Amino acid sequence: MRKVAIYGKGGIGKSTTTQNTVAGLAEMGRKVMVVGCDPKADSTRLLLGGLAQKSVLDTLREEGEDVELDNIRKLGFGGTWNVESGGPEPGVGCAGRGIITSINMLESLGAYEASEGLDYAFYDVLGDVVCGGFAMPIRDGKAEEIYIVVSGEMMAMYAANNICKGIMKYAQSGSVRLGGLICNSRNVDNEKEMIEELAKKIGTQMIYFVPRNNDVQRAEINRKTVIEWNPAATQADEYRGLAKAIDNNKNFVIPKPLAIEELETLLLDFGLLEA
Amino acid sequence: MAKARKLVQWEPHNIKEQLLEKYPPKVARKRAQQIMINEARENTTPEIVANVRTIPGIITMRGCTYAGCKGVIMGPASDIVNLVHGPIGCSFYAWLTRRNQTDAKNDTNANYISYCMSTDMQDSDIIFGGEKKLTTAIQEAYNLFHPKAIAIFATCPVGLIGDDIHAVAKKMKEQFGDCNVFAFSCEGYKGVSQSAGHHIANNQVFTHVVGKSETEKTERYKINLLGEYNIGGDGFEIDRILEKCGIKNISTFSGNATYDKFASANQADLSCVMCHRSINYVADMLETKYGIPWIKVNFIGAEATAKSLRKIAQYFGELELVDRVEAVIAEEMPDVLLAQQEVYPRTKGKTAMIFVGGSRAHHYQELFKEMGIKTVSAGYEFGHRDDYEGRHVIPTLKVDADSRNIEEIEVEPDPLLYKPRKSAEELAALEGQGLTFKDYEGLNPNMDKDSLIIDDLNQYEAEKLVELMKPDLFCAGIKEKYSIQKLGVPMKQLHSYDSGGPYAGFKGAINFYLEIDRLVNSRVWSYMKAPWQENPELSATYVWE
Repeated sequence: MRKVAIYGKGGIGKSTTTQNTVAGLAEMGRKVMVVGCDPKADSTRLLLGGLAQKSVLDTLREEGEDVELDNIRKLGFGGTWNVESGGPEPGVGCAGRGIITSINMLESLGAYEASEGLDYAFYDVLGDVVCGGFAMPIRDGKAEEIYIVVSGEMMAMYAANNICKGIMKYAQSGSVRLGGLICNSRNVDNEKEMIEELAKKIGTQMIYFVPRNNDVQRAEINRKTVIEWNPAATQADEYRGLAKAIDNNKNFVIPKPLAIEELETLLLDFGLLEA
Repeated sequence: MAKARKLVQWEPHNIKEQLLEKYPPKVARKRAQQIMINEARENTTPEIVANVRTIPGIITMRGCTYAGCKGVIMGPASDIVNLVHGPIGCSFYAWLTRRNQTDAKNDTNANYISYCMSTDMQDSDIIFGGEKKLTTAIQEAYNLFHPKAIAIFATCPVGLIGDDIHAVAKKMKEQFGDCNVFAFSCEGYKGVSQSAGHHIANNQVFTHVVGKSETEKTERYKINLLGEYNIGGDGFEIDRILEKCGIKNISTFSGNATYDKFASANQADLSCVMCHRSINYVADMLETKYGIPWIKVNFIGAEATAKSLRKIAQYFGELELVDRVEAVIAEEMPDVLLAQQEVYPRTKGKTAMIFVGGSRAHHYQELFKEMGIKTVSAGYEFGHRDDYEGRHVIPTLKVDADSRNIEEIEVEPDPLLYKPRKSAEELAALEGQGLTFKDYEGLNPNMDKDSLIIDDLNQYEAEKLVELMKPDLFCAGIKEKYSIQKLGVPMKQLHSYDSGGPYAGFKGAINFYLEIDRLVNSRVWSYMKAPWQENPELSATYVWE
C-alpha cells in the first residue's frame, strides 16, 4: 500500500484535487482510502455526494472507546473508502491533537491492514504544517509520499516551501519523501515554467500541471468529481493524467527548501517575463 | 571512617573549577556566573546570576510554575476549594505533599485540604476544549461544599489549547452570587521556576480576595505574616508565641490560611515578611494600596525569633507590648538554651549545605549557627538576585522575556481603604531608632568569606559538591534525598521537613537541635556500603581483545 499525503496552502484546491485524482485512480481499478484531516470535515464531499459523513472524533465522543471501523468509514465513488477525522469548533481545543487521535484510532481498528486490500491511503491535510498534530501524517511513516498542491501565486509558493521544511525535518529521521508539486493553475503568467523551476530548485519535479477549468466547479455544485459528473469532459482526462503520473511516480526525494531571498528572486525572474 | 576521609582544607576556586570541569564550554560559562565564591566586601556583595532558565539537559532541583502556584501558595488555604483543570497526575502529585498543616477550627470549620479535586482531562477534552468540563466541575464542587471560594488552576495543556478559565470563573461567580470563583494562569511551563507561580498566585489573591472582608478586626497590634506556609506546624508555633505576646496575626499568607483571613489582610497595622522571595511584592502592594508598612522578620532560629518579636514591639512603640515581649522571650529562652547546651558539644564544628527555596537557605543558617554548625555552601532554587545580594539591587535587575511573561499588577491607594498606619515623621523616627522598613539584605552578607553560593544547583553538582567538600549534613528536597544518602551523608529535607517539625520559633528550635544532633552524629548512612564498594570490582576483558 502506498501512503500519500497532500499538503498545500489553504484554499489552493487540495481537497478538490485529491478527490478528483482519487476518482481517477479508482477508475484505474485501484483500491483507495481517503482520510480527511481537516476539522471542517469537507475532504470527502465529492466522493460521497455530500457531507454525509460522521467524523472519527464525533463518533469517538458519542460512542466512547467502543467504535467499529464501519462507524467511521464510508464507501464512496468507485469503491473508495472515505474517512473524516473531524475536530473541534473553530477557536477551541486542539485540532492537531484530534488528528493524532483519529489516525491512531484508524490504525488500531485495522483500517490499514493487508486484509483491507488497499492500494492507496490518501491524507488530505489542512493548510500549512501548523503544528505537530498537522504533521502527524508525515511522522512515523504514516504517509510516505507527499505531494504539494501549488499555484504560481506567491503565497502558495511560500507555503509549499514552508511545507518542504516540515518534510525535511521528518525525512531525516523517517521514511517520508516528497513526490512532487502538483500545479493547480490559477492562470498566472509563466505559471508552468515558474513551478517547474521551483520544483527543480527544491530538488523535486512538477508532477502534473492541472489547467484551470470551470467544469471542476460545475461538478462540485453537483457534489461530484469531474470523472463521475462528466467522464467525457477534457478536465476528467487531466485528472486521469495526474492519477497515472502519481501511479507511475518513482521520483521521491528529501526536499531542499529555498531561502526566502531565493524564492523572491524566482518570483521576480518569472513574474516579470512577457507572458 | 567517614571522618578519616574528610578533607582538612578545601580551596573554593578549586571546588568551583571541578564543578564546571565536565560541562561543555558554553554551559560552563553560564554556570560559572551562578556559582559564586563569597567575598566580604566593604559596601557591596559580588553579583550572582539568578532567576534565569535552567540549561536543558541539566537535572535541576527546581519545580514548575503550577507547583509554585497551587502547591506552595494556594495549597495551604483550608476553606478554598482548589480545583485543578488538567490531566489527573498534576492534581494527584500536588496533593498533600508539602506537609502544610491545617487547623480545621476556622470560622467555617471547612477544610478541603484533604481533597484532591481535578477535572481529569481526557484526550477528547484536549481536542474539543475543556471549558464545558470545567464548568461542570465547578458546579459539582459548589453543590458538594458550598464553599466561600473556588480557585481554578491551569496546567500545561490548558494553556496550549487556550481554554479561557478566567471567563468560566467569572461566569460561575456571577451565577453563584455567594461564592468567589477565580482562576490562575499558572501553566507549568511559564517562567523559569516555581517563583513565577508564587507571583501568579499572590497577584490573583490580592486582586480577587484582599479587602473583600466585611468583618472588622478590632484587636490591638494586628499584623500580617507574609510568606509563612505552616510546614510541619511552623505557623502554629509562631502564632503561639505571637499570641502570648499579645500580638494578633490576622492573616498568614498562606499557612493555615482561610478565605476570610486573606480577605481581611488590608486591616493589619503591620506586614511582617518571612519568605522575601515569594511575597515581597504583596507587602509592597499592601503598603501602596492600604498604607500598611512592612518589615522583614525571621522566626527560624531562637535568636532570630527574639529579634523579630522585638522589631514588631518596637514598631508599635508601646511599653506594655515591649515589656510583654521581653517577658515572653525570658520565659521561653531557658528551655531553648538547655537544649542547645546539650547538643552543642556534639554539633560544634560540623558543616552543612543548604539548597532550598527562596529564603530557607538563608533562614536556616541561623539555627545552624546556634548549634555551632558552619554552612559551607548554600543557594536558592528559585531566588532572584535581590534574595542573594539584598533589595538595593532591585532597580538594576534586568527585565527579560521570562520575567515579562509574569503579570505585574499596578496598584494605587484605595479611595476608601487607604489609611497610612504611621505618618512619615513617625516612620522616620522609628528608622532613627534602628528599625528598617522594606529592607532585606539578602543571603550573601550572612555567609562567610570563601563559602560557595550556588544558584539553581543540580543533581550533578550536588553530588560533586558532597564528594569534594564532604559536609556533615546536606539540606534540600525530596528529589535530592536518596542520592545524597547513598553518598553516605545525612540528608534533611527543608521543604517538607521529612516527617518532623515545627522548626520555627522557640519550641521549633529545640526540635531542630535534637533532630540535627541525631542526624549528624549518626553514621548510619556511611556504614551502608553497596556490594561493589566492599568487594573488589570484578574485571573482565572482551573475548576479541
